[in-house]
Amino acid sequence: MTVLLAGPILFPLLGAALSIALGRSRNAQRAVGVVTLGAVAVMSLVLLLRIDDTGTTAIQAGGWEAPVGITLVADRLAAIMLVIAVLMLFAVLVFAIGQPGAEEHHVGFPPVYLILSAGVSAAFLTGDLFNLFVAFEITLMASYVLLTMGGRRDQVRGGMTYIVISLLASTLFLLALAFVYAATGTVNLADLADKIADLPDGVRSGLALLLVVVFGIKAAIFPLFFWLPDSYPTAPTPVTAVFAGLLTKVGVYALIRTQTLLFPSDSQPGALLLVVASLTMVVGVFGAITQNDIKRILSFHIISQIGYMIMGLGLFTVAGLAGAVIYIVHHIVVKTTLFLVAGLIEERTGTAHLDDLSGLRRLEPVLAVLFLLPALSLAGIPPFSGFVAKLALVQAGVGIGEHVVVAVSLAVSLLTLYSMTKIWANTFWGPNPSTDRGRTLTPLRQALMVGSTASLAVLSLAIAAGSGHLYALSERAAQDLVDPAGYVEEVLRP
Amino acid sequence: MAGAAGIVCATGAYLVLGRQLSRVVIGFGLLGHGVNIQLILAGGDAAEPAFVGGNTDDFTDPLPQAFVLTAIVITFGVIAFLLALAHRSWEVTADDEVEDDVEDRRIAQEAAQIADEAAP
Repeated sequence: MTVLLAGPILFPLLGAALSIALGRSRNAQRAVGVVTLGAVAVMSLVLLLRIDDTGTTAIQAGGWEAPVGITLVADRLAAIMLVIAVLMLFAVLVFAIGQPGAEEHHVGFPPVYLILSAGVSAAFLTGDLFNLFVAFEITLMASYVLLTMGGRRDQVRGGMTYIVISLLASTLFLLALAFVYAATGTVNLADLADKIADLPDGVRSGLALLLVVVFGIKAAIFPLFFWLPDSYPTAPTPVTAVFAGLLTKVGVYALIRTQTLLFPSDSQPGALLLVVASLTMVVGVFGAITQNDIKRILSFHIISQIGYMIMGLGLFTVAGLAGAVIYIVHHIVVKTTLFLVAGLIEERTGTAHLDDLSGLRRLEPVLAVLFLLPALSLAGIPPFSGFVAKLALVQAGVGIGEHVVVAVSLAVSLLTLYSMTKIWANTFWGPNPSTDRGRTLTPLRQALMVGSTASLAVLSLAIAAGSGHLYALSERAAQDLVDPAGYVEEVLRP
Repeated sequence: MAGAAGIVCATGAYLVLGRQLSRVVIGFGLLGHGVNIQLILAGGDAAEPAFVGGNTDDFTDPLPQAFVLTAIVITFGVIAFLLALAHRSWEVTADDEVEDDVEDRRIAQEAAQIADEAAP
């Protein structure tokens, strides 16, 4: 169990070190990356199966007892997130190896990518608020480097916005930590769950809201989302795909974790979160409609989709949280696929601007199918994974009579479909292709890129096909979240 | 001490809101220090040093000091990276101001055009 819990953090870090040492040989670096992430993927799958069987499990790294030592905890939510994140990271790494560009010309890409994986795993598995901060910083530091790798003018501009905003969020996080420690004298999440309950109401809501703002910036919820569409599209495709699929979701995970575990049900800001969720959905999708570049449209859709996850959290019921979990799983896979397809389009035609694209379906029928599947899924058309996820959320919302947010979410689905149709009509439909300025790729590269994209598309179909099992699993995860007694007991057990 | 933290944080916040990256970097340096003072304050009143001399009942809480140490290292790393980025920005644009987003400006222009056409 110790290996399973510590491995997803340690293996990528060791892999990164090895990767730096092997900097002279690109193929060796590739092998290290693929083997490391492959091993972590297997470990996290085993971990998920074990956790689902036995319930929440904790280890104390370094052998110090719970409130003092470094606690690593895996409950069902953390294990689910870990599995889906690592599978996605693996697929994108394969894509990056195939794509000429980011990975090829920078000796730093493979190690930094592995460090990013380590940071994300640490964020999911930590049982300690301060280590969550450290995990965020590891992830962010790696993401700064990945985002500005290449040093083009637009990358520097987008990178600045991203770094300044992230740094501000980190500073606020540190301030929140100072307040939490001053109020309770501990930063262990399980210990905090006990002690925060004894605090006066005002202090409690103050801490809860401060944490909402901190993680809200990272998750890009309304009104803290402006940095996202500015910075994401400038990075190389694999990097954008990873950021889009993963980074904001780490913020959402932290939001779910802290709000459900730390604060008792009477100080959870449910009503506020539902309002914020509705606004996030609406503003995100309207932003997407005005854009003309595929990557920017997709970036605005990330914001809109975050709204759905926050809606699930804002309901604070088992059904709502289960919906949020299943939505995150679906979103990570689908969003990454869409960004990879956008990258393939760019690779083929030299542009991702809708005005310059046309009739691509004749040139690349496979690409058209690969775009259509996740696009329909994103809009929530049955029988794709998006439908399953939205159905779960809508049922949860109707179940406790939150009709307004349900209505908003359905309307936003319709607008999402409109926006996807816009990409489809401009890119794949229309008269014969006028642009074919892309580079010709070797068959191996082509196979790697299309193969990894296709495997993610298939994974999204598998989510829809196995939705019964996945929903049951999410429901068990949500049960743990609503009643955190098991989590606290497991961590603090002597 | 709390007042000092407040003043340092306020100065930092003012600088961060500026448009020049060099100011932003100094601003974040100050903000980081302000928050670190807060963290130290969170540890309670000053007392005897922990671990040294074997005293067990009246010593300063060592945990916030460990937090601050970690935070300083992280802030240092990020600020070094920001400076490198500011330098790169200066190389490509001969200025370290954060530029407007080109796409945003295009969309604002389009919106203004539509408004013009709609006006009688």
